[in-house]
Amino acid sequence: MTTPATGAHAQAGSHGHEPGHHEVSFFHKYLWSTDHKMIAMQYLFTGTALALIGGYLAYVFRMQLAFPGHDVPGYGLVTPNRYNSLVTMHGSIMIFWVAMPVLVAAFGNFLIPLMIGCDDMVFPRINRLSYQVFLVSAIILLASFFVHGGAFGGAWTSYPPLSAKGVYNLTPIGASLWLVAVALEFVAFLLGGINFIVTTMNGRAPGMRMWDIPVVVWMIVIASVLFMASVGPLIAGAVMLFFDQRLGTAFFDPGRGGDPLLWQHLFWFFGHPEVYVVLLPALGMVAEIMAVFARKKLFGYRTILYTTWATGILSFVVWAHHQFIAGIDPRMANVFTITTLLISVPITEMIFVYIATLYGGSIQFTTPMLWALSFVAEFLIGGVTGIFLGASGADIYFHDTYFVVAHFHYTFFPSAIIGMFAGLTFWYPKMFGRMLNETLGKIHFWGTIIAFNVIFIPLFITGAAGDQRRIYNYALFSEQERPGLQHLRELSTIGVIVLLAFQVFFLFNFFWSLRHGERASENPWLSNTLEWTVPSPPPHGNFAELPTVYRGPYEYATPGRKEDYWPQNAPITPIEEGAL
Amino acid sequence: MSAPARSIANLRSVTGIPTARLVTWWVIASEMFIFGGLLASYVMHRLAHPEWAIAASNTNTKAGAFNTFVLLTSSLFAVLAHKAADAEDGKGAAKYLRLTALGGFLFLIVKGFEWTHEIREGFVLASGGFWSFYYTVAGLHALHVLAGAIIMLIFAVDAAKNVNLPRVQCIGLYWHFVDIIWIFLFPLLYIAK
Amino acid sequence: MTSHAVSEGGSDAASADHVHHGNYVKVWAVLVVLLIISVVGAFTGIRWLTLLLAFGIAVIKAYMVAKNFMHVNVERRWVGYLLITCLLFLAILFAGVAPDIMKHQGLHWDNYAAKQAIQAGSQENGKHE
Repeated sequence: MTTPATGAHAQAGSHGHEPGHHEVSFFHKYLWSTDHKMIAMQYLFTGTALALIGGYLAYVFRMQLAFPGHDVPGYGLVTPNRYNSLVTMHGSIMIFWVAMPVLVAAFGNFLIPLMIGCDDMVFPRINRLSYQVFLVSAIILLASFFVHGGAFGGAWTSYPPLSAKGVYNLTPIGASLWLVAVALEFVAFLLGGINFIVTTMNGRAPGMRMWDIPVVVWMIVIASVLFMASVGPLIAGAVMLFFDQRLGTAFFDPGRGGDPLLWQHLFWFFGHPEVYVVLLPALGMVAEIMAVFARKKLFGYRTILYTTWATGILSFVVWAHHQFIAGIDPRMANVFTITTLLISVPITEMIFVYIATLYGGSIQFTTPMLWALSFVAEFLIGGVTGIFLGASGADIYFHDTYFVVAHFHYTFFPSAIIGMFAGLTFWYPKMFGRMLNETLGKIHFWGTIIAFNVIFIPLFITGAAGDQRRIYNYALFSEQERPGLQHLRELSTIGVIVLLAFQVFFLFNFFWSLRHGERASENPWLSNTLEWTVPSPPPHGNFAELPTVYRGPYEYATPGRKEDYWPQNAPITPIEEGAL
Repeated sequence: MSAPARSIANLRSVTGIPTARLVTWWVIASEMFIFGGLLASYVMHRLAHPEWAIAASNTNTKAGAFNTFVLLTSSLFAVLAHKAADAEDGKGAAKYLRLTALGGFLFLIVKGFEWTHEIREGFVLASGGFWSFYYTVAGLHALHVLAGAIIMLIFAVDAAKNVNLPRVQCIGLYWHFVDIIWIFLFPLLYIAK
Repeated sequence: MTSHAVSEGGSDAASADHVHHGNYVKVWAVLVVLLIISVVGAFTGIRWLTLLLAFGIAVIKAYMVAKNFMHVNVERRWVGYLLITCLLFLAILFAGVAPDIMKHQGLHWDNYAAKQAIQAGSQENGKHE
């Protein structure tokens, strides 16, 4: 899990342009590198490996829900305690150890220095340290599966007193290991995020003004700012919870002067901006892909920027919509309903901007474009169903039902998974120097998308009918049983199996193309941004000659030009200057 | 490549602020949220629990005041180190950095005596709401003082050779931030009892 | 933001890169005097005066350290804005959480455990006085 596939960089480009450069050992090149591209690969492979684990966990608990009480093939019997651990770890892994490392760390690391025209991050060694801390956090988390009691079973939201007292959660060691792993993951992303912010602010190529920075870079930087601001209070809360677990304090114990609601507030003050941290990079990647495969200038670049800042700021004042029925003051619930409904406006506006980008374009239905289009369609469903949940009145009924689960999978899956595939299929040629197979890519795409909807549309229905979350066997609670819905629960489970099965197409495509894919040119997609001006894959140091930037990243189909694209670093010739 | 030369990105400065100082400001911003979250939680509880005044009356105001004086003085040394660094006086900067670190260690020693006395009296982390917050927030602050002092000593080694002088201002900024946190901790834990 | 090919920083006279180093010892002396006043205030026994001096002086001291030692006033403007924005968001955190944590009752809810703790505590207080 620590090293990328050894074949990945077998065809790395020339290393010889650096003065005094020498061949490095395997250890230095793959395990101890400070090169942002290698660190990106480390995050990518760790994240995707954990995605497979997270997907397996989902398979297990969905099998339990579809066929309760039966041994799950490939796992065994799901006891109540094990069920709690499965859902807790599925959620935690997917958010903290898949979505964030892949979308923010892997793509941020790979793209930012290349897209802004410099050779690496401003602090390459801190970059390396951030991955190492992240790896330790992943190892601790996985180790928790094997301790006495098993992995933490108090839900990824970890509310005390369930999470504070081992007598309640039955996983006391797992609970503390989980906290330590999460805290380390936070440290890793603070280190990495600040590196991204400062690199983008200070390391840009000459001529690259704020308005010439590609949208995906902006998005990852803004996501890093949101993360940095929101995680602070939760780090404080995590320390408090750890002390409650281990040292007998009572920060969250109402019987001894504490308040469990404080944890909830601290958690969600982070938790809500966190979902935007995951959303923004995906939105950015979709923007890049749409401009390239519609051969059209991105509609409203500055609008996108201002909207994103507005969304980011608003995301800090909506958090208690996760706590509407937790016992918060109902008057505060009114406030948070209003802000939550408000935040749907800027996101909707961005969807309109993307659609406007497509309108009148020459659309090429490549695999990355299919992913980008499906992102918009699926996220739309997620956003719209969020309105129901943001209204506190409706939420009283929907909270803790599968309606919520379906809603957040229609937002998280597009962000984390569709975003990941969109980014990977688009930048694979640049990362690995080969082209992916389009046919396999399309089969993978359709299988994944259809299966995804088969999983979650039934859950909207069962949730609206009243199916509660985090119940391991409805048959034990007569008012929960609703046998009429069992076929929907089974359908959802079949969807999971089909979804996981189709990933074989992607994995095969990925590894087969590393060796046998068509060799990629510098710029197979005819894109404008700077990463497409260097060899595929880029050599250490990225640019043989550091570029100067003359224009924004979305000059596609500029009238009067022969080609329909105009790289950012192409100097303006006197003739062109006259023509324009 | 165990200690690569600076990346070219590191040498650029599109914003006009040197990268090291820029990153220091962002680190300070992130720390504001960590301490802010903890302090906000404490203030909410303290305002709501007037009966914590009994426990709080046991904190040693004189020790707290002396420690405040120590940190203020060490901040003076930190900024004098910056002044020396700006004048390319590496040895002077190193001297002031070491004095600042000494102040930090003195702070920690006084805190050590304070806590030893309080623990002997039976007031430990789990002794109640006030004490839980007291040890947690002061402990987190003390960790930052320790880290800062150690980093200062490390930077002083280079500074004495007139190398990496811009770092002196940066660690100074961090130190002043830690001082400002204590400027608020002192009234919160020792005066507003 | 201006764009420099490879530069080490701005060269404005009043920039944080080349600060004018004032009399730091004087600033320190003022800070120490303020500290003494705030400590004396703690022993006056007049509660409102104690609190006003303690926190008012804390704010002034923090401002003086930020301005004179950290040179925030000659730093790029947006740095100051960034710091103030951080404080603003912390205020938002406080405003959103305090109604549930700081208060012990509201519309349709009561925090019995906290109220009991205060009762028990004030009885003890009574005993001490």
